[in-house]
Parts: sequence; structure tokens; C-alpha cells
Amino acid sequence: MTEEVLAKDKEIVVPGEIVAVGMSFLPGKGTYREEDKIVAQRLGMMSVEGKVIKLIPLSGRYLPKLKDRIVGKVIDVLLTGWRMEINSPYSAVMTLKDATSEFIPRGADLTQYYCIGDCVVCQVVNVTSQKLIDVSMKGPGLRKLRGGRIIEVSAQKVPRIIGKDGSMVGMIKQATKCEIIVGQNGWIWLEGEPEGEVIAVKAIKKVEEEAHLGGLTDRMAAWLEKETGVKVSPQAQPEQSEEAPQQHPHHFGGSQ
Amino acid sequence: MSYTKRFDGRGFEELRPMSAKVGIIPRADGSAMFKTGKTTALAAVYGPRDLHPKFMQNPETGILRIFYNMMPFSGHGERVRPGGGRRSKEISMVIQNAILPVLDLKDYPNAVVDVFVELPQTDAGTRCAAITAAAMALADAGLEMKDLVCAVAAGRVEDKIVIDLNYYEDSHEDGADLPVAVLPNSGKVTLLQMDGDMTKEQIKECITKAKEACKKIYEVQKAALKERFVKR
Repeated sequence: MTEEVLAKDKEIVVPGEIVAVGMSFLPGKGTYREEDKIVAQRLGMMSVEGKVIKLIPLSGRYLPKLKDRIVGKVIDVLLTGWRMEINSPYSAVMTLKDATSEFIPRGADLTQYYCIGDCVVCQVVNVTSQKLIDVSMKGPGLRKLRGGRIIEVSAQKVPRIIGKDGSMVGMIKQATKCEIIVGQNGWIWLEGEPEGEVIAVKAIKKVEEEAHLGGLTDRMAAWLEKETGVKVSPQAQPEQSEEAPQQHPHHFGGSQ
Repeated sequence: MSYTKRFDGRGFEELRPMSAKVGIIPRADGSAMFKTGKTTALAAVYGPRDLHPKFMQNPETGILRIFYNMMPFSGHGERVRPGGGRRSKEISMVIQNAILPVLDLKDYPNAVVDVFVELPQTDAGTRCAAITAAAMALADAGLEMKDLVCAVAAGRVEDKIVIDLNYYEDSHEDGADLPVAVLPNSGKVTLLQMDGDMTKEQIKECITKAKEACKKIYEVQKAALKERFVKR
């Protein structure tokens, strides 16, 4: 029996497409096994790692994962916390305990801490099987967002916007002199000089559109230099990684 | 009487000229257009998203809702009263049943995936075009699906079995039509309806030929989905 991968690495495959034949291959994320075949279960980009075949999603809504840093918006004040919209099919809840280390007396007016419409950067601390989601504000860099603007991108493109060890977003920050917070849920907060903000938004949209194409980092470096006149290099920025001490509390690190 | 040549000059097993495009509605989570001859279907997917009213929620899985609608000026322009009716409600239901076997919404308890299919111009074969477009739009929305779904109508006009009937053939006094939805990789049938009468042998022939025709539709769907990400 011949064993082979039928779709090339980085090829776009559609649901139901047979991507590999052979019992020695293992179906990874986005694929399933049908007898000796590995079949695509979603629209995605092929990724072959040894014998594991998985699909990188190109579209789809954000599903919260534990420890994701996300940008959320308060949509309701509850008895013991706040309900947040997080650009996902489900809303999240932030309890009093997770909201602040301050002591909140019983019966206090919770709107003095967070009001409806406030935006925050928070972290997912619990996801249940029924998709009840808890978020927390306790952690380095988690804070309320004041000023600036929030834009929306596809959550599946966030890893490319961050880049390897934050190289892509670091480059955009460097060139546009904006503060940028990329939430894993596809909401991005940015603040800077108006001209810089406009270029940063354009740059992020460009990365989103071209996320599935190769050679993106070099192309973006050239594009940013042309737009801003600032020479940028796509080196990984150590302070972007999650392990490093946070000089800038709002930097997001890590690629997926 | 014998049907020797099709009204529009096609071969008996020839499909109408098809085209498809994915990602036509940027605001939606997934969208697609499918055109076969003078029948055009536009599908937009929203969700998974919060489902209200709450009693419709299913804590075990997400649910799928299809809204099929022929626009008031479609067909012969006789659909002057817009909105749903008995016919569109039934077709929405059969489309839902045709697509649900491939769609896995277990990851989205209590949520809903809404699919809106609008038909701006119609010349028979609307439920099949709607299924074909909806399947592409759902794939574009990044949902987990075991397979795509393609659909085409087969039928009888007088003594001949024909594929992809247009309105003249569909409304011919001596004939029948049989819409079929097929999962292209497994060959399983998820929709089978019939309007008119045929013999057992003719029905078998219709299903075989419809399955064959669905392979061509599948190629169009596949090309459209891949094209969305290849260009630029």
C-alpha cells in the first residue's frame, strides 16, 4: 500500500478533501481519519509536521482558550461582577475577586470600578465545557484601556500580526510610535499620534489580508519604511516574550 | 412524444454554465455566491453566535438555522409579497437537513449558526443552488465540516432524463424533477425530493446521473474556496 501526503505543505484545502493516505499518518487539528485516509475537516492551510497532519485555520470566530490575553468590553454590571463582550460566540464574566486586588465592600456600586462600555485587557482564567468563561484582571500588563482606538481583525490572523516573539507587532510599534495591544480574540487596541495610528491600522489590515502568504515580514518592513520613513528591522524583541520582565506592561508576546 | 433537444440546446446531461465566488459579503463570518444559468444564490453565514429566544438553545450542541428566500423580483417577478411563506419555510428545513449531517457544532453549545440564502434571480433549481452556496459559505466561516455538500436537480421531461432543469423543463406538463444533494467524497445523499412521477428505473437513473453531475459542481466549489486565499 502506498502512503503519501496528497496535498502539499501550505496548500489550501477544503472540507472533505483527502489530504493523505496511510495508517502511519496521524490526524491533527482540523482533520479526521476515515479508514486509511486523513480527511480535512475545515477550510485551512496544510501543515505537515513529521507524521502529524494538521490544518491551520484561515477563518472562523474566536473560541476562548485558557490563558489567552484578550481585549474585552464591559456590557453589563452583575451582582458580583461584570459581563464582557469578547468578540466570541460567548460572553465572559469577570468576578469581583478577579477584577481588582482592592477590597470592595458589600453592596458597593460596581460602576465605580468598571462601567458599561469600558474596555480592558484581561486574561481567560476558566473555560467550561458549556463555554462559561471567566476572565481576570490580575496579571502583568492587564489593565483598563483609556483613549486610543480598538480595531477588529480575524482572530485566526492574530498569530501573524504578533509575529514570531512579537516581531511583527514590534516592527509596527517601532515604525509608527504607537502603543499596540493585540488581543487573541482579534480586538486590537492602539494609541499614538493620529498619523501613526492611521498607518498602524493600515499595516495591521495589510498583515491580516496577506497572513497566509509567505515572506510577509520582509514585505512589511519595506512597506513600513516607505510609509513612515523609519527604518525597521524584524528582529525578535526580547521584551515582547511572556517570560521576560515587563518593562512595558502592555506588550503582548508569543506566537502560536 | 419524444424530447429530442433541450429547450436551451444543452446536452441531456449537461449542466448550465456555473460560477461561484466565496467571501462576497465582508461583514458576514462566511459568504458565497453560486450561479447556475439564470439561477443565482447568495449565502451569508453569521455565527456561531448567541441564540435567543433562550428556549431554543441546546446545551449539547450548537444549532443551524437556514433562511431561504426568493427575492420579490426573482422568478417571473410575480413574488410581489416579500418575506417567508409556507414554501420558503419548508425549503429552509430541507436545506438544513441536507447540510446538518456534515456539520459539527458540538463545540458551540447553546449557540446558533445562521445561514441566510437570498435568490435575486431564479430559473428553477433554487434549493439546489441554495445548498451549494450555503455549503461554501459555511466552509468559508471556518466551521468544522466532514465534507462539502453539492446539489443538483435531475428530472424527466417526456421520455428523457435530464440534469439541472431550467424553468421551462421544470414546469413542463409531462415531466418530473428530483433534487438531489450529495456529499461529494462519500457519495451519500442528504436530500432527495420529487415533484411529478417517474418509474423506479427512471429514478435510479436520475440519482446516478445527479451524483455524476455533482462531481462537476464540487470542482467549482473547491476552486472558489481555494481562490479566495490564493490570489493577491
